[in-house]
Amino acid sequence: MANRNARIGLILFVIYLAFYGGFVLLAAFSPATMARTPWAGVNLAIWYGFALIAAALLLALIYGYLCRIEVVGTHDPKSEPGRPAPGARNSAPTPPPASTNKGGH
Amino acid sequence: MTHEPSPLAIGIFLAMVGVTLGISFYLGRKAKDSAGYFAAHGQIPWFVNGVAFAGDYLSAASFLGICGMIAFYGYDGFLYSIGYLAGWIVALLVVAEPMKRLGKFTFADALNAKFNSPGIKLAAGVSTLAVSVFYLIPQMVGAGVLVQPLLGLPHWAGVVLVGAVVIVIVVTAGMVSTTWVQFIKGGLLVAFSTVLTVMILQRGFEATPELPASQTIVKQADGTVLVNGLPKGDSPGEGQLQPVGSISKLPGGVEKTGPLGPLEFFSTLEQSEVVLWSKSEAKGDDGSTTTTFSPKPTPGSQILQPGASPTFAGIRSDNFTDKLNFLSLMLALFCGTASLPHILIRYYTVKDEAAARKSTIVGIACIGFFYVLTLYMGLGAMTSGALDVTDSNMAAPLLARSMSELLFAIISAIAFTTVLGTVSGLILASAGAVTHDLLESVTTVHLTDVQRVRIAKMAAVVVGVIAIFLGIAFKALNVSYLVGWAFSVAASANLPALVMLLFWKRTTKEGIIVAILVGMISSLGWILLSGDTFAAVYGLPKENSPVPFSQPGIVTIPLGFITLIAVSLLTGGKSQPSPALQRS
Repeated sequence: MANRNARIGLILFVIYLAFYGGFVLLAAFSPATMARTPWAGVNLAIWYGFALIAAALLLALIYGYLCRIEVVGTHDPKSEPGRPAPGARNSAPTPPPASTNKGGH
Repeated sequence: MTHEPSPLAIGIFLAMVGVTLGISFYLGRKAKDSAGYFAAHGQIPWFVNGVAFAGDYLSAASFLGICGMIAFYGYDGFLYSIGYLAGWIVALLVVAEPMKRLGKFTFADALNAKFNSPGIKLAAGVSTLAVSVFYLIPQMVGAGVLVQPLLGLPHWAGVVLVGAVVIVIVVTAGMVSTTWVQFIKGGLLVAFSTVLTVMILQRGFEATPELPASQTIVKQADGTVLVNGLPKGDSPGEGQLQPVGSISKLPGGVEKTGPLGPLEFFSTLEQSEVVLWSKSEAKGDDGSTTTTFSPKPTPGSQILQPGASPTFAGIRSDNFTDKLNFLSLMLALFCGTASLPHILIRYYTVKDEAAARKSTIVGIACIGFFYVLTLYMGLGAMTSGALDVTDSNMAAPLLARSMSELLFAIISAIAFTTVLGTVSGLILASAGAVTHDLLESVTTVHLTDVQRVRIAKMAAVVVGVIAIFLGIAFKALNVSYLVGWAFSVAASANLPALVMLLFWKRTTKEGIIVAILVGMISSLGWILLSGDTFAAVYGLPKENSPVPFSQPGIVTIPLGFITLIAVSLLTGGKSQPSPALQRS
C-alpha cells in the first residue's frame, strides 16, 4: 500500500490523531484546563470539541482534494478528461482501476 | 410519566412509515440477484451514499442517547459525539479506499482477497454477526423509547413493531431501498434538528427560582406502585411523575434571557445554576423498594465540562484506573467506526474508490454538523421543563414536544424511521455475513444467486427476531452507552486484521483468524464481566466484577494487534496457501 493516496491519508491521520489525543489526555489529566473560558465566555472543552469536529471536515476536504489530483493523473481517464495532473507520479505502481462491479446488469 | 398520544402525531408517524415501506417495495422489485440485494449493483450516486452514511450512523444512539445523556449530565454526552465523529477520520483516511478495492459484498471479502481462506471468512463472518447484534440492541431499545410518547404504547410494543417492519423491509428490498430510505431520513434528521436548535436559541432560558420537590416511586411487595405517595395513574387522587428540567438562577438575576446567539447560549449557561436530578434507591423492611429523585442545583460551569456523569466521573478522581475507563472508551470510539460491518458494506454500493471517498466526505460533513447540534439539543432539553426523570433516552423527543406538537410528531417519526433504516442496514450486514461468509466457508455446496438471496432473507428474519428479544431485555440502559460497547467489540475484533492486512506485508491468514477471534472473545468477555454489566444487567454489586474498569478497548484493541503480529511471525515463511488450513 505504498501508493500516494495511502501516504497522504496516513499523514493526515497522524495529524488528527495528535489533535484528538490531546483532547482526550487533557480531559483525563487536566480537567481544570478544560474548564477555563478563554474566549467569549465559552469554555475550552466546548471550543476544543467544536474544533475537533471542524478539523475532521477540513482534513477530509484536504484529503479529497489531494487525492482527486492523483486520480485524474494516473488511472482514471473517465472522470475528468483532458486534465493531466503535473504532479502525479506515473511511475508509482497504480492499483487496478476500481474493482469492477460484479453485478449482472 | 405517562405519555398522551395525539392524533396528529400518530397521523404523521403512520404516513412516514407508510412512505418508507412504499419506497422499499418499489425499489425492492429490482433487486433480484445478490449483487443487487447486497450491494445495490454498485450504482448508488456518491452524494446519496454520503447522506445515507449519515442516515446509517445518526441512529437511535446519536439522536436519543447522546441528547439524553447531555440533558441529564451535561457535556459528557458530547464526548460520545466527538468520539463517534473522529472515528470517521480513520474510516476515510485509512480503510475506505482499500476496502472498496479489495471487496465485493462483505468486509470478510476484503480481508480474504489475498488469501482466499475459508477460515478468514468464517472468523470475519462470526465477528460481523457479533458486532451487528450488539449494535442492534441499542437501536431496538431506542425504537421502544420513541413509540412510548408518540403512540402511547408500552416499550416492548415499540420494539416488536420496529422488528416486524424492518424484517418486512429487508426481506422485500435489500440494499437499494435501504440506501434510499437512509438518504431521506438522514437528510430530514439533520434538517429538523437544525430547526429545533434554532427554536431553542430563539426561546432562550427562563429561571424558576423555587426548587421543585423530590419525587418518589415506591414498588410495594404486593406489586402495586405508588408515585409521589399516590397510586400510579392519571385520574384525580392518583399520582404521576412530574416533568423536570429547569434553571434556578440566571446570570445577573434576570428571569428571562430572550433569544440567544449560538455562543451566548453557552456563556449564559456557564454562569447559571441548573437543577439536575439525582436518583437513589432504598429497600424497606416490608419488601418495598423506594426510588427517590431529588433536585440538585448545579453550577452551569460544572455541567459544561467533562466528568459530570457517572460514566465519566472517573476523570475527576485521582484514581488512575478510573481515568483508564475514559481513555479506553475514547479509544474504542475512535477505532470503532472503521470496523463497523454495516458502515463498511456501504463502500460496496458506489462505483469506485473516488466515489467511496467523496461519499465519506459528504457523510463527515452531515454527521459533524449534526453532532454540533446535539450539544444545543441536549442542553436545551436539560432546561426545557419536559424531561422524564426515569428515562434519559426520551429527552430529545420530549424537548421537541415542549416546542410544538407538530415538530414533536415530525421529529419522532424521522427518528423512528432512521432507526428502521439503521436496523435494516445491520440486519442486511448480518444476512450477508451468514450467506457469503459462514455458509460458503463451511459447506462446499455452490449456491445459485437466487438461493443465496433466499437464504439471506431467512437469516434476516432470524436475526430480526433475536434483536427484538434483546431490545426488550436491555431496556434500562442509555442507548449511547450500549453503542459504546458495540464499538469496543468491533474495534477489538476487526480493526487489527483490517489495518495490518493493509499495512504489514508479513500478515498471514492464521494471524488474521486468531486476531479476530481473540479480539472478539476478549472484548465480549470483558464487557460481560464488567462492573457496569454486573450492576445494570445481572443486578449484582459492582464491586464483585473481576475486571478493573468497564470499557475493554484499551486492553483488547492492542491485544488484537499483538496477537496478529505474534501469530503471523510464528506462521510466517510457510504462508503460501496451505491445504492444511481448509479444515478450519
